[in-house]
Amino acid sequence: MTDDLDDFKALMDAATPAPDAERRTKNLKLAQKNFTHNQGSDAAMRPTVKRGSMARMTEGAKSMLSALSHRGALTATTAIAAVALFMIVPQSRDIVVQPLSRSESPAPAPEADSAALEEPVVEAPVVVEEYAAPVRSKAAAPQQGVSGLVAENTARLGVTSGDATHMMVEREVGILPLSDTEAFSSAEANPLKVTSEEPVSTFSIDVDTASYSIVRSSLMRGELPPKDAVRVEEMVNYFPYSYPAPEGDAPFRPTITVTPTPWNEGTQLVHVGIQGALPQIEDGPPLNLVFLIDTSGSMHDFNKLPLLKQSFRLMLSELRDEDEVSIVTYAGSAGQVLEPTAAVERDKILGALDQLEAGGSTAGQAGLQQAYQVAESMSADDEVTRVILATDGDFNVGLSDPDALKDVIAKKRDSGTFLSVLGFGRGNLDDATMQALAQNGNGQAAYIDTLSEAQKVLVDQLSGALFPIANDVKIQVEFNPSQIAEYRLIGYETRALRREDFTNDKVDAGDIGAGHSVTAIYEVTPVGSDAILNDPLRYGAQAVRDGSDEIGFFKLRYKMPGSDQSQLIEQPIAATQDEVSDDVRFSYAIAGFGQLLRGAEYLGNWSYDDAIGLANAARGEDPFGYRAEAATLMRLAQTLSR
Amino acid sequence: MRKKTSDEDLAKAAADGDAEAFATLLQRHYDRVFRLAFRLTGRADQAEDLTQDICAALPIKIAGFRAQAKFTTWLYRVVVNAAEDARRRQASHSRAAAGWGDVEQLRRAEATETAQAMDWLQRAMRSLPPDLQDTLALTLEDEMTHAEAAAVLGVSEGTVSWRMSDIRKRLRALRQEELAP
Repeated sequence: MTDDLDDFKALMDAATPAPDAERRTKNLKLAQKNFTHNQGSDAAMRPTVKRGSMARMTEGAKSMLSALSHRGALTATTAIAAVALFMIVPQSRDIVVQPLSRSESPAPAPEADSAALEEPVVEAPVVVEEYAAPVRSKAAAPQQGVSGLVAENTARLGVTSGDATHMMVEREVGILPLSDTEAFSSAEANPLKVTSEEPVSTFSIDVDTASYSIVRSSLMRGELPPKDAVRVEEMVNYFPYSYPAPEGDAPFRPTITVTPTPWNEGTQLVHVGIQGALPQIEDGPPLNLVFLIDTSGSMHDFNKLPLLKQSFRLMLSELRDEDEVSIVTYAGSAGQVLEPTAAVERDKILGALDQLEAGGSTAGQAGLQQAYQVAESMSADDEVTRVILATDGDFNVGLSDPDALKDVIAKKRDSGTFLSVLGFGRGNLDDATMQALAQNGNGQAAYIDTLSEAQKVLVDQLSGALFPIANDVKIQVEFNPSQIAEYRLIGYETRALRREDFTNDKVDAGDIGAGHSVTAIYEVTPVGSDAILNDPLRYGAQAVRDGSDEIGFFKLRYKMPGSDQSQLIEQPIAATQDEVSDDVRFSYAIAGFGQLLRGAEYLGNWSYDDAIGLANAARGEDPFGYRAEAATLMRLAQTLSR
Repeated sequence: MRKKTSDEDLAKAAADGDAEAFATLLQRHYDRVFRLAFRLTGRADQAEDLTQDICAALPIKIAGFRAQAKFTTWLYRVVVNAAEDARRRQASHSRAAAGWGDVEQLRRAEATETAQAMDWLQRAMRSLPPDLQDTLALTLEDEMTHAEAAAVLGVSEGTVSWRMSDIRKRLRALRQEELAP
C-alpha cells in the first residue's frame, strides 16, 4: 500500500543535500591521517631520541600516543557529541535541495581520492613512532557471536582497541616508510673519564622533561621503559627543587654540593643545582594574554581541544584580576571570540572558551596577525603582552612561508609582544615549526598531554612558561687531576657540547624560564680512592699535587633574552662536604632510578629498594605530589624488573 | 581493481592496517554516511560535522571490525551511535534543541518548497520518539531490510517491523490532523 511512509521517503530524499565537496575531501583526508596515525604507532619500535632544541615536542607526543589507543577510542564519542552541540552557532549554511546530485559523488572526488592516498606518504616522516609496542593491552574484547553486539562494542566503547593494537603489533613493519630524516640517537651512558686525559666536561642544560613522562606512561602501562628512552637528566629535571635563589640582578644562581655517593662508598657526587630567579609575579606588570587557538578539524581529538579547554580553565585561576585575556581562533569559526576581558570576569572567559569547537573548513584567515593586532590593542606601557598559540601543529595561520612567519614573530617580539606555543595531541604535529616559533617569540614550546601535565605547565610553573630568563645556557666543568682521578656526568648524554662550543655564542643551547631549576650531577672518584676503575698508565704524566684543594672549576654561560652576547658565571668547586638538603637527596634518588632503568652500569648492588628509601626519606614538602608519584613509579619498576 | 573487492574484505584489510583499503572503503561509503547523518540530525551542517567526526574516529573503530557483520551494518551502527551520542549531549546542555527539533532552521530555509518539505519532515520527525526517529532514518536507506535495520539497532527484526507500523500509524495520524480544518 502506498502510504505516508513513501511520501516521507520521497520528501526526505529530496531534502537530503549532497555532502559538501570540500568537507568531503577534508574528511577523507582526516580519516586517512588518523588511520596512518593509528598504524604509525607500531611502524617502528625504536625509541626516538631526537635531540636538540626540537626534541621536546616529538617526545612528549610519544607518551601521548601510548595512551591513545584506549582512551582515544573511549572518548571519541564524547568528542563527537560536543561538536554537534556547538555547531548550533549559525553558520548560515543553507540547506540546498539537490535531488539529482544526491546519489552521485561530487565532481571533485578524484582529487579528494588522490589527496587522501598521498597523505600517509607526506605524513610519515613526522610520525614519531611509539617505542614500546610489544606487550600492550592484552585485554582483547571477547569475540561475540551476535554481530550486532560486536558492532555495538566497537562503535560505542572501542573495547576492541586493545585487540586491535595487538594485531597491529604483530603485523609486519612497513606500512609506513620510515623516513631517515629524523635524527635517532640512542646515546650510550656517559663513560667514565680519566681526569688527567680529559679534564673538561661541557654540556648544554636540558630543561626538557619528556623522558620522565615516557617512563611514567610505560610503567603505568605495566612495562619497563626501553632503556634508550630513559634520559636521566630529564627525569631529574622534571621535579621542581628549591635551590638557593639568586640575589641581586643575576638571573640564576648555581649551587654546588659535594656529597658521598649513595651507591658507591669510594666516590663522591658533585651536585650542581641552578635556580632561576623568580620575578615577583604578584607585583609584576599586568599580563595581556591572547590565546590563539587552533580550531581546525584535527583538533577534535580528546587530547586536543577538550584538554586545551580544561587546561586553560586551570590556568585562568592563576591569573590576577588586572590581567587581561582575549581569545582568537583560526580555521573554522570566526576570528576573535573573546574581546580583551579582565581575568576577574571568569564567567565570561569560561563561557567563550566553552563555545570553542573544532570543525569547519579552514578559514584561511590571518589568525596570527589578528592575534597580534588584538595583542597590540591591549598592550600598554609596563605590561607584558603575550600571544599563546595552542595547536596540534596545523599552522594555517595566514602566513604560509615559515621564514616569513618567523620574521613576523621576531619583529613582534622586538616590539614587545611575545609568543608561546602549547602543543596538544599529535597527528599532524609540526614540532620543528612550533619550537622555531616559540624561540623566535621569546617563549617556550610546551607539551600538554594530560591534565596533570597542564597543571604542571600552566599552573605550577606558569611563570616559567611566561617569562624566560636566560637563553643558551651552557655548563663547563674542569676537574683538577690532582684531586679527582675519574669522573662521569650522569645523564646529559645527548646534550654534550664540544669544549670549544662553550665560548662560541653561535652554538645553541637550552633555555631557562623564570623559577625553573636545573640539576646536573657528576660522580667523581678522588685520587687515591680504591674505587678508581682505570689503572694508571705506565707512561702517562703523573698528576702533580698543586696544593689546591679545589676539585674542579665550574663555569656557566648564558644569554639574557634578546641578547647575542653571552655572560659568564664561574666558581671553584671546593672539596668540602656540604650539608645535604632533601632536594639534593631526592635528585640522587631519581638519578639512581634513571640509571637503574638504563642498566645500572655503575651502581653496584644499589637497588630499587635503596632508591625508594632515598626518595621517601627526601620527599620533603612535596606540595604537588610529584615526589610521591615518583616513589610509586619506582615500586612499579621494581616489581616489573623482577 | 579494488573496486571489485567486497566491503567486508576491504574492511578486514583495513582492520589489519591496509591504508589503501581503508581509503577505498571510506570513499565508497562516504556519501551514504553523510545521508544517514542528515536523516538522523535533520540539518546539513550537523550532518557534515557528524560525518567529520565519524571519519576522524573510524580509523580506530575499523580495527575492531569483525567480519561477522556486513560492513554496512557495522557502519550504520557507528553512524547511529554517533548521532545518538550527539543528541544525548545536546540534551544534557540547556541549549535550544538542534536538528529535527530546531525550528530556527525553518526560518533560514529560503526556497518555499524546501521550507514546506522541511516543515513536513520537521513535524513528522519531531512527532516521533528518538528510537523511532532512528529506525525511520535508517530504513529510508535504499535496500535496507528490516533484518539489517534490526542488526544495526541491536534489536530484533520483529521490533523493527513493529516500530515501522507504529511510525506509519503516527504519520497517518499526523497527516489526518493536518487535513482536518
